[in-house]
Amino acid sequence: MEVEQTALPGIGLRHDFTTRKGQRVGVVSHRTGRRDLVIYDKEDPDAVCQTVKLNDEEADALAELLGAPRIVARLNQLHQQVEGLVSVQLPIPAGSPYAGRPMGDARVRTRTSASIVAVVRSGQVFASPGPDFPFSAGDIVVVVGGEESTAEVADILANG
Amino acid sequence: MHHTAIVFLEFGAVLLGLGILGALALRGGISPIPLYLIAGLAFGTGGVLPLATSTDFLEIGSELGVVLLLLTLGLEYNADELVTSLTGNARAGIVDLVLNAAPGAICALLLGWGPVAAVAMAGVTYATSSGITAKVLSDLGWLGNRETPTVLSLLVFEDLTMAVYLPVLTTLLAGLSFVQGAVSVGIALLTVSVVLVVALRFGRFIEAFVRSPNSEVLLLKVVGLALLVAGLAQQLQVSAAVGAFLVGIALSGQLAEDAHALLAPLRDLFAAVFFVFFGLQTDPAKILPVAGLAALLALVSMITKLLTGMYAARRAGIAKAGQARAGIALIPRGEFNIVIAGLAVGAGVHPDLGALAAAYVLILAAFGPLAAKLVQPFITSIAKRA
Repeated sequence: MEVEQTALPGIGLRHDFTTRKGQRVGVVSHRTGRRDLVIYDKEDPDAVCQTVKLNDEEADALAELLGAPRIVARLNQLHQQVEGLVSVQLPIPAGSPYAGRPMGDARVRTRTSASIVAVVRSGQVFASPGPDFPFSAGDIVVVVGGEESTAEVADILANG
Repeated sequence: MHHTAIVFLEFGAVLLGLGILGALALRGGISPIPLYLIAGLAFGTGGVLPLATSTDFLEIGSELGVVLLLLTLGLEYNADELVTSLTGNARAGIVDLVLNAAPGAICALLLGWGPVAAVAMAGVTYATSSGITAKVLSDLGWLGNRETPTVLSLLVFEDLTMAVYLPVLTTLLAGLSFVQGAVSVGIALLTVSVVLVVALRFGRFIEAFVRSPNSEVLLLKVVGLALLVAGLAQQLQVSAAVGAFLVGIALSGQLAEDAHALLAPLRDLFAAVFFVFFGLQTDPAKILPVAGLAALLALVSMITKLLTGMYAARRAGIAKAGQARAGIALIPRGEFNIVIAGLAVGAGVHPDLGALAAAYVLILAAFGPLAAKLVQPFITSIAKRA
């Protein structure tokens, strides 16, 4: 799949690509942070037939819905299969003592017996991160374990 | 009544009136610029309700408006975009310049207004309003279209041309002798080049100086710097507007975005005052005699812009429908054309120039966006048939 990038002077950038079924879609990124999801007209391939205007937050939410949750969905399946196993997504808040430090510093596995299986950062998934993986504020940590142990992890990530 | 009281009453009434007109324009989905011009005509000499006291105040306000308009315009571009646009679209840019400057220049020459007026009128018919066009593209959902980068590049090219054109015009308007004029144009062009080079190569130093986490400090620094450079440029015959435009170009990235957001309301206020002031200076009685001529000139320049857009889009490999859209998007005229006419009127080039330019911009600022909207279904049908 090839994504084409075009500069829009004074406005921002446009990225577009054609799906396997022949539908051209694109994203117009405004300098202001606004994102437009654009869908091209099949009969007039130069023209956009549908524009969805999204602000920062909405664009992030859509990106996450389209990308990151695939792994979470699989995890949810997993804990439906195994009784007593929970997977949760925990944020690294801005004030977390582990923001900017390697994951190993939190010693999550030793202290709670729950496991960190993935970290989601701005829509990108880092699967099975090692102990030297650096956390940063705003990351979402996917934890698998028992109900109690995952709650303890939330406390560790927030308060140390 | 106390002098200040009258100024406040008049200024307040003008702003309130503009606010109401702006609301109407918003509801009708048109640009408010023509309405502001009409308001100015109504308040000016020979208008329905002439303002007496606050003209001096409005004049300063309108000059601030021009400086802020060009400063924010400069902020929208970064130096890289300007250079890329200049190298990549030079051919389409030159076609744009020749095709669209010609109607104004020829018109002025046919009327016997002389070469200086011809240069001024060339500018009036040449520049597309980047403000109105960007709004049309956004409103009609054309921003993602494949012909849009071509249209935007032409706008950038025009703005850059203006940076060279305005100082030349200012010098010509100063009515110096040939040698004096040549020296003056030389100084002006040298200044523009020096500032552009400084902006391109050392923009980060200016940014480092202006940068501040506090929005109040940032606002004061940016406006202060812009006015200082504008004043200096004016003194060197380069025109204050270009000075402000260059300051805007020198700032880029996040800093430019922050400054743009801070300046936008200030610009909107003073730009509205600028349009009113231009209307104030124009006698509405003079509009009627030139209305037919303005309509003809508007028609001709609609066709030349259409051809320009079609040519540029075809070069970019865009199909028929997109070519037509590119041409139509370029039709609106607005702030720049009035800035140019304002300079010429201020220098007293020809008594009818202001009225002609006002009527011309009235037509194209109002009709340009409307044309785009009306023609859209028609273009769609072309595309479906092809």
